[in-house]
Amino acid sequence: MEYDIIVVGGGHAGCEASLAAARLGNKTLLITGNIKNIADMPCNPSIGGPAKGILVREIDALGGEMGINTDKSLIQLKMLNTKKGPAVRALRAQADKITYPKEMLKTLKNTINLDIKETIVDDLIVENNKVVGVKLEDKKEIKSKIVILTTGTYLKADVLVGSKRTSSGPHGERPAKNLSDNLRKLGLTIQRLKTGTPPRIEKSSIDFSVLEKEDGDNILRTFSYDTMPLYKLDEQVPCYLTYTNKLTHEIINANLKKSSMYGGYVTGIGPRYCPSIEDKVVKFKDKERHQLFLEPESIYYDDIYLQGFSTSMPHEVQEEMVHSLKGLEHAKILKYAYAIEYDAIDPLEMKPSLENKILENLFTAGQINGTSGYEEAAAQGLIAGINASLKLQGKDPLILKRNEAYIGVLIDDLVTKGTKEPYRMLTSRAEYRLLLRHDNADIRLREYGKKIGLIDEVRYQKFKKKLDDIENLRIYLKENKITTKDNALLEKIDTSPILDGITYYDFLKRPGITINDLEKILNLNMPYETDVKEQVEISIKYEGYIKKAEKEAQKLKQLESIKIPNDFNYAKISNIASEARQKLENVKPLTLGQASRISGVNPSDIAVLSVVLKRGKYE
Amino acid sequence: MNDTIASIATSLGVGAISIIRVSGNDSISIVNKLFQGHDLEKVESHTIHYGYIKDKENIIDEVLVSVMKSPKTYTMEDVVEINCHGGIATTNKVLELLLLNGCRLAEPGEFTKRAFLNGRIDLVEAEAVSDLINSETELERKVAINGIKGNISSLIKKLRDELIKIISNIEVNIDYPEYQDIYEVTINDIREKIPLIKNELEEIVENYEQSKLIHEGIKVAIIGRPNVGKSSLLNKLLNSEKAIVTDIPGTTRDIVEGIMYLDGVKLNIIDTAGIRETDDIVEKIGVNKSIETIESANLVLLLLNNNEELTEEDKILIDKTKYKTTIYVVNKNDLETKIKLDKNLSNVISINTLDNKEIKILKEKIRDLFQLDKINNSDFNYITNLRQINKIKECLKIISDIEEGINDDLELDMLEMDLREIWEQLGFITGDSYDEELLDDLFKNFCVGK
Repeated sequence: MEYDIIVVGGGHAGCEASLAAARLGNKTLLITGNIKNIADMPCNPSIGGPAKGILVREIDALGGEMGINTDKSLIQLKMLNTKKGPAVRALRAQADKITYPKEMLKTLKNTINLDIKETIVDDLIVENNKVVGVKLEDKKEIKSKIVILTTGTYLKADVLVGSKRTSSGPHGERPAKNLSDNLRKLGLTIQRLKTGTPPRIEKSSIDFSVLEKEDGDNILRTFSYDTMPLYKLDEQVPCYLTYTNKLTHEIINANLKKSSMYGGYVTGIGPRYCPSIEDKVVKFKDKERHQLFLEPESIYYDDIYLQGFSTSMPHEVQEEMVHSLKGLEHAKILKYAYAIEYDAIDPLEMKPSLENKILENLFTAGQINGTSGYEEAAAQGLIAGINASLKLQGKDPLILKRNEAYIGVLIDDLVTKGTKEPYRMLTSRAEYRLLLRHDNADIRLREYGKKIGLIDEVRYQKFKKKLDDIENLRIYLKENKITTKDNALLEKIDTSPILDGITYYDFLKRPGITINDLEKILNLNMPYETDVKEQVEISIKYEGYIKKAEKEAQKLKQLESIKIPNDFNYAKISNIASEARQKLENVKPLTLGQASRISGVNPSDIAVLSVVLKRGKYE
Repeated sequence: MNDTIASIATSLGVGAISIIRVSGNDSISIVNKLFQGHDLEKVESHTIHYGYIKDKENIIDEVLVSVMKSPKTYTMEDVVEINCHGGIATTNKVLELLLLNGCRLAEPGEFTKRAFLNGRIDLVEAEAVSDLINSETELERKVAINGIKGNISSLIKKLRDELIKIISNIEVNIDYPEYQDIYEVTINDIREKIPLIKNELEEIVENYEQSKLIHEGIKVAIIGRPNVGKSSLLNKLLNSEKAIVTDIPGTTRDIVEGIMYLDGVKLNIIDTAGIRETDDIVEKIGVNKSIETIESANLVLLLLNNNEELTEEDKILIDKTKYKTTIYVVNKNDLETKIKLDKNLSNVISINTLDNKEIKILKEKIRDLFQLDKINNSDFNYITNLRQINKIKECLKIISDIEEGINDDLELDMLEMDLREIWEQLGFITGDSYDEELLDDLFKNFCVGK
């Protein structure tokens, strides 16, 4: 039996990749070490957050599954950064760790063209630098036109607790012991990364009465542009806050050498932004306390996830540490924290399509590419699935630009800058964040989803109607005026009177005035959905800033439009610094824009390069 | 590698010594062929050698030759500099010999371009060097050299450092909104910070305006009715400074009648109308022409006759110069005073343009008005380049956006985008961010040079 596409790994990247591949008509096989673990959430029980929540929206706009699946399984939902501008708002859900994988598995099983197989992949079958299938642990071979590796943290995974190192994936799952060595033999660069997870505490052993409570929002919302809310506001499950204290820090400092990290047992590189609690205590000596979040993992079992307390201390020290926390004096640890080390490839060896530069027809997505996080993984999985399909159709890959999507920023960063630590999406990584809002992901990307074939006619028509509504509302606001007769009404809501008639559109530019205010004051009825009004409101209120951002993006386009031939010979240019030359040869940027973002490539190098590209030749 | 280029590095006609600079792979061997003295191919790097430049058997000039080997040179290539002593004609002859022996005549700014392309200097430095090429006076040269030392760079880097602190704090607030222990930047922080940054930037712009005086010189218009002594004043000013009298268009659009230097600052004496009296008595100074001149000048010298009462024409000119930096030069103070001036009129001096000593009074007054002594003593934290100053002005424009945003209660993360833009713009000045337009500009500027 030969497949079009084999996806190796059933995590968030693997699910998106295999769904996209199968939905686009390819005979697809998903290989996982344990079917029960498909779409598992081995770390925090939440999806979304700043930047990450926008990734989920983008996945949904393109026709991926994460948004829809989160809507089916969320037990609390919040809009973050509501006091800040529209660019940085994002949804975050507490997702039920039982429901999320269950629903995803259901979707996978109901997808035609998609088979699922439980086994471990040991090696790739390669002919003339082209991947043509996989070798399984039982030496059997399965052929395919394309292989997508989404192996997460399972490549040569070691779990570390104190001085103890165990060869194991998360939750005691079997690791893939041979695949990364074989990838190295095939010419790929392999790096070692590290991450960690905090302890899980039994709910009934926590004294919640002394802790700060964090509830979900009072407004029903959804991640997906196409689903209706499935949860009830008053059934949302709360989170709680607690803090470390002097005692906790003393325990940590006294036992530092016992942790895997400070005892010198760890070789992988961990992320700066997700430090272990011992890291926080050591690196921020002056901080008297560190904030911790207690998040429910599921409504079907009792584990509480202690976010912010990831550690690689031995079990007995973890007991002491946890018991030093307010509200957790008598807490029972159900699962101990651990650090995990795993192999990853060097993302600089990938093309922006996520295809490998060394081995043709090999795509990679998720943690194997050096990222961290469910959302980052899912986004890459979707793109890998799409681009594998496009390749089989003989079409150009989908490469999203930095001003089009966080997904574009994510992949461009990976293939241009590489990463030495697990890469997390942050708002600050996006230079055009006002354009990359959570509210307009559909406007940015749905056309792509339709063109590729992941957005069906029904969903597309719904989107088209939204666009029409936005246009109609804008016209309405521009054509109707508020007059001096209405000044008495304005006074009521504390806004200064107008001197002359102005359009509703211009009136909305006043700070603090919303379309809802306008409807109320003038007793109007604008028959449009909330998201339509929101879209129009943002476009009016932030018009100047949006224009500025678009102008900036235009500049980027100019640099991006200067293409660098794939076989460009950097050795011939004598005036480039040798470090820059090496980096350029390594990354092989597709455009001058991409070249300019490579660290170690200076403006003067770009100047020379642009002269060369313009003149076509340089002596 | 690059071919070997040569050109005369000093401006022709000024000073006794001219330097010819040669840069490139073959620079040492080419000069060696023409040099009688040590074997330059065997000497240490960064040494100076006495000898002769010879054309076959004929000695062309007695020279000092500096040999500087790659990479510690201006262009990072092998560089030889020949100090010629024999004036323009011999210097040209030496250059000609170099060209005959394998050098190519350097394009304007090409040495600097190579230094930049070889990674020797950053953008700010490159631009300062281009200013150096263009610099005509000692003071101008000082400003340019200061730019090279990185004074502007360090000032701007300091501002960028301050900005990035706020920016990153706001970013953390955005990415980690639920951490209550992290300091939350408020609009008040921005409100306090902005005026400080604004002041620094405004100061840079002010300094620029002053440095523009150094670069472009002060445009001086001498006006007054016929026979009041304009031409004798002009001649006195020019003669006393051995200035070059020229009638070619200067850097400004005005006709520069003559150039003189005062404390190293260039004075461009503009407009010829009426100053050179002709035989044609009918040609009378038109008031309109004078008004035009007044408008374009930085400084007006309005000449009046001590020995006569004010005429209608004088009165019109006094009125027209009310809002202009003007020195009222009352001439012919050796004759009886018949003139009656409004006591409120400031900057009135009384001299005799025929007397060299009294010309000094006028110069002192100009020094005063333009604080030339201050220019001389200050530490030259100047940006001297139009592109750079435009970036600073853009930053000031963004700052006014921020001020407006603060008034409108705009969200912090929106204001932060503006802060980030300022940070980036400042980066363009120090060359920390890439902008193709900038490079086009820059290299265009080099070709204007020399």
